[in-house]
Amino acid sequence: MFDNIFGIHERALLLGGQRISVIASNIANADTPGFKARDVDFTEVLANADTQSFLQAKTSSAGQVPLDAGFTSGDLKYRNPFQASLDGNTVEMPVEQAAFSAANVRYQASLMFINSRIAEMNFVLSGQ
Amino acid sequence: MSLFNVFDISGSALNAQTIRLNTTASNLANAESVDGDETKVYRARHPVFKTLLDSAADGTDGQGSVAGVRVLGVVESKAPAARRYDPSNPLANKDGYVFMSNVNSIEEMTNMISANRSFATSIEAINTARDLLLKTIAMGH
Repeated sequence: MFDNIFGIHERALLLGGQRISVIASNIANADTPGFKARDVDFTEVLANADTQSFLQAKTSSAGQVPLDAGFTSGDLKYRNPFQASLDGNTVEMPVEQAAFSAANVRYQASLMFINSRIAEMNFVLSGQ
Repeated sequence: MSLFNVFDISGSALNAQTIRLNTTASNLANAESVDGDETKVYRARHPVFKTLLDSAADGTDGQGSVAGVRVLGVVESKAPAARRYDPSNPLANKDGYVFMSNVNSIEEMTNMISANRSFATSIEAINTARDLLLKTIAMGH
């Protein structure tokens, strides 16, 4: 019963955190010539989250908990810029800022769902 | 926890943009520098940015996919230094000419604005990551 208590939000939190750092690296390289902005297809990565597409640490006995590996660099895709720039950089700051704040909100949403789940469980366990 | 990477990534961006602001300040300060020798006159300096890949961690945790930025070096502009006839200048050469530094003030001002914006955005990214981490730590309270 408690294996999947937080549903998809556990994965969403992990992947969301990784995605935020990928977008942060796009923002950090906004002025680097030749840098190609990258991002993940969040829906696709999350949909694959339960399959074996991720490299996982081997578990040799039944008592071991498999490690959540998140997405790999192979899941990253290059962004298509709206307008090409002369120095080959494909970071478009407004796009990255929008993606960053969207990822921020998604992360907080997942956190909120997890928190309310914990509150529910506390309520149930307190037996009132 | 991958959100901690944001501090490294955006921190490297802050460092790079600070170096850029420093060279801009140096260039603007020397915009009016002159010298009698064309090879010795001040030349505009610009940093070269390069992606700093986290190659050590290219594995299953997605860390190899994130990258900071570093300053590869500072190069001097190859634009020609303008010559001005000013025999009263003590630095003038024997023909009475001085060479002006090749700093383009307009270019430097736009560079400064761009560095300023990039710096502010990276600060914002760090603040957001910090807020998210604090909220994650407080999970369940």
